[in-house]
Amino acid sequence: MAHDEEHHAEEEVRAVVNKAPAAVIAAARTTTVDNPLFEYVLRLGDDRLVLGHRVSEWCGHGPILEEDIALSNIALDFVGHASSLLALAGEIEGKGRSEDTLAYFREAVAFRNALLVELPNGDFAFTIVRQFLFDAYSVLLWDALSRCGHEGLAAVATKSLKEDKYHLRHSSEWVVRLGDGTEESHRRVQEALDALWRYTGELFDHDAIDDAVAAHGIVVDHAGLKARWEAMVADVVQRATLTLPLDAPMRRGGRVGRHTEHLGHMLATMQIVARSHPGASW
Amino acid sequence: MPNGVIPDGQWPLWEVFTQGARGQPFEHAGSVHAADAEQALQNARDVYTRRGEAVNLWVVPSSAIVASAPSDAGPFFDPGNDKPYRHPQFYVAPRGVRIF
Amino acid sequence: MSQNLSAPTEDPALLAAFEARIAAGESIEPKDWMPERYRKQLTRMMSQHAHSEIVGMLPEGNWITRAPSLRRKMSLIAKVQDEAGHGLYIYCGTETLGVDRHELVEQLLDGRAKYSSIFNYPTLSWADMGVIGWLVDGAAIVNQTVLAKASYGPYARAMVRICKEENFHKRQGYEICTVLAKGTPEQRAMLQDAVNRFWWPSLMMFGPSDTNSPNSAELLKWRVKRKTNDELRQRFVNLTVPQAIALGITLPDPDLHFAEATGDWVFGEIDWSEFFEVVKGNGPCNRERLEARRAAHDEGAWVRAAAVAHAAKQATRSTTVAA
Repeated sequence: MAHDEEHHAEEEVRAVVNKAPAAVIAAARTTTVDNPLFEYVLRLGDDRLVLGHRVSEWCGHGPILEEDIALSNIALDFVGHASSLLALAGEIEGKGRSEDTLAYFREAVAFRNALLVELPNGDFAFTIVRQFLFDAYSVLLWDALSRCGHEGLAAVATKSLKEDKYHLRHSSEWVVRLGDGTEESHRRVQEALDALWRYTGELFDHDAIDDAVAAHGIVVDHAGLKARWEAMVADVVQRATLTLPLDAPMRRGGRVGRHTEHLGHMLATMQIVARSHPGASW
Repeated sequence: MPNGVIPDGQWPLWEVFTQGARGQPFEHAGSVHAADAEQALQNARDVYTRRGEAVNLWVVPSSAIVASAPSDAGPFFDPGNDKPYRHPQFYVAPRGVRIF
Repeated sequence: MSQNLSAPTEDPALLAAFEARIAAGESIEPKDWMPERYRKQLTRMMSQHAHSEIVGMLPEGNWITRAPSLRRKMSLIAKVQDEAGHGLYIYCGTETLGVDRHELVEQLLDGRAKYSSIFNYPTLSWADMGVIGWLVDGAAIVNQTVLAKASYGPYARAMVRICKEENFHKRQGYEICTVLAKGTPEQRAMLQDAVNRFWWPSLMMFGPSDTNSPNSAELLKWRVKRKTNDELRQRFVNLTVPQAIALGITLPDPDLHFAEATGDWVFGEIDWSEFFEVVKGNGPCNRERLEARRAAHDEGAWVRAAAVAHAAKQATRSTTVAA
């Protein structure tokens, strides 16, 4: 009886192949992205949407009232930047998707943020170190993009740079305060730095999308950016009496939609009300 | 300094002065708590300039402020009503002469 | 000379002068002489107000991560941030009366201090964000506009700053309600449900009738309170009912009707037993609110300590350098 089943299965497979001998089963060797400029701006917007959302989780739970206000300010700025960037992305895509459609009606695999920003907040040390590592990168990136050939993006970059410089001041001072504070704060900050380091490589990756947007006047020297970022980080780490983590294999994937399991849960919360009432206005 | 030795508090109090526009006097806006000067400046900026109320900030530890006592008011603050010579209206200028 | 007094006797001349200043509408400032009872009442009233702003961040903070549009998300974060700021202004004002903020925080977390009862209710849907802005901030504005003329300088000044900022909160809330009222049937139902849950607690925000409010008489005499609880509550109702009519919703009060004679919207009996239960600590969220505040405070201890330690190290370094 088993022999009959096996023979039957073989016949089925052969039938499929006979019917459609030219069926495309092997994926193409290279994939091309439809609209690289759209993807590029999405990356910038998603970074700030996800990070802004994460920081906003601190509202009402900060270690002291003044810091609650500071963190809310940062969250607000980032969601604002995200809103501008996603609106720009939607225009570039030209399919009528607004910043809200992009924010609330995409699945996790469609998000293009770096993994660094989707990680849960952890303790205050983890939040602040993650913030610092991102702020240093963001300031350098915006500085470069404020001079790029794409008018819309350059405008967003110029405005966002001002606010991100202030964020960097806040986060870098806190890294120093905590690193050179008490034994406990030092330990927590060092642990956070060690845990986050493997997520920093992705920020400076250069891929086909970056190549493609050169056609729009957007050319960022990632190697140069990274070198300057490393110098800034090393300086703060030294002032904070911390140790720079040893290089380790970098975690990546966010730029192409391969996220950690954290993003799905975050989006489930973020999108639930909007998705429960499709087509509604708020 | 080990953690356990520090009594838990809300950080020292600082007084905040804001300048509304270049050239204007600095005005007292309120207070913030902060552990150091840089933090006091940032906290003051976050709390008192969110709506574009200031172009410049001063922060001072509250303990550094020396204030006059209410009982000083009489002898300390001259009402000036009986000293008209301090005011420009006291002086007569000939007509036609431009007074700067 | 040992005297067993519950309160030290105060110089009647100073007291008379103080009361004359109050009657003349003068502002009392931090370094002025004031009766101990005035200092105590103000400390209690101001710290309660500050605690309310801080605890008030929680029911609204609850919906930041679920705000259904980026614009709403930003507005809500800004509102909650403002509330933190308001709490801060008032705590600073309270500190001018000679108490450290650390002590005030302890009083709140210990459960010794009160805060506005409204924040012990849960926020169960997005519509609550609209209704809280409209009704709860609306009620707070009615209270606060009057407080802007309070006799204690730092309190009045904090209130002026707060009132300027508060207006955006109420408008944001009412705008959310308007959009929901004009929206899908589900959105309209969401709005009506939120109103059904928050209407009576909003009326209770003004406190019990003044005959039942032990502190009212004194506070009115000292021009810290300027109107009675009932007067303010009626003012709020008169302002709000037309707004509710404009939304096309009903208010959960079968007895609500307009009285031509007085021009007032007359409302039904308030269930004060619910109010007193909530004030005693038995409201739906009392425990959760304090637990959240305690957790934030406890988890933040090492951060506060680190900042102090770092500042001390900096100070030592600069004196070493100077030397």
